[in-house]
Amino acid sequence: MTAFTATVTVRLKRGVLDPEAETTQRQLERLGFELSDLRSADRFEIDLDAESAEDAAERAEEMAERLLANPTIHDYDVEVAERE
Amino acid sequence: MVTVTIAVIQFGGSNCDRDSVQALESLGFDADLVWHEDGLPADVDGIMLPGGFSYGDYLRAGAMAARSPIMEEVRDAADDGTPVLGVCNGAQIGCESSLTPGVFTTNESARFQCEHVHLRVENADTPWTRHYEEGDVVELPIAHGEGRYEITDERLDDLEADDRIIFKYCDAEGNVTPEANPNGSKHAVAGVTGEADHVAVMMPHPERASLDDLGRTDGKPVLQGFAD
Repeated sequence: MTAFTATVTVRLKRGVLDPEAETTQRQLERLGFELSDLRSADRFEIDLDAESAEDAAERAEEMAERLLANPTIHDYDVEVAERE
Repeated sequence: MVTVTIAVIQFGGSNCDRDSVQALESLGFDADLVWHEDGLPADVDGIMLPGGFSYGDYLRAGAMAARSPIMEEVRDAADDGTPVLGVCNGAQIGCESSLTPGVFTTNESARFQCEHVHLRVENADTPWTRHYEEGDVVELPIAHGEGRYEITDERLDDLEADDRIIFKYCDAEGNVTPEANPNGSKHAVAGVTGEADHVAVMMPHPERASLDDLGRTDGKPVLQGFAD
């Protein structure tokens, strides 16, 4: 078994309204920053032991499917790295 | 009169559970609080998922409660024909658990909104709306930060075609307008049924408008749906 960290990033699908991101963007603009757009996402870092990177990724994907993301509004991606 | 027993499921963070019991009892139901870890009693005739903030709304409103073991029992009971009504956080739980389609997410205003709204009865041929007429305008309170109904356009068209939307936000005259939509819900959806209409969820609170002593009682007919 190898120690991995699987990073699951969950973001709203394109076209789904994100009122929190819009509010954050407006506040940044009030602070004087210039920006064209802002999107927010949730990132989950999951430490797990697995036989292979593929196995770790598969398990993290299942976690995203069953809880971390809601397929109606979210897309997600998974990255796996060996953990020191 | 035959006693109709309704289980009101309590999750950690439910806070409309006792209001729901009181409203249901005032209508003659036998309403029991059921702590989610205790499992669903065998002899219930209906299930209510009350409002609140289960699990602190962590991750997404309703996401945690939807995956708790009792919801598998609720799903089985619903499949067997037991009426299920989810209100507010209960509606979010219903959608997160796929009892009902779509999702209730952050209000367009990005704020928690606590106010009275008007709803138009879109389909009066469900247990929850059959004591109204189609087109009736009812006034109920809302109290939510995540009540904006989101779903793909294609599935929304299917819901419209199949008459599964039971309430839409409207103005006092019954007009569905952007101004009368408090949270930016797609097609102004405030309540929707599952695949079968004995399962339904809604963001406004019928149990908060069901006691004669508190003034408005527009919500009574929704709860009477458990009797049919």
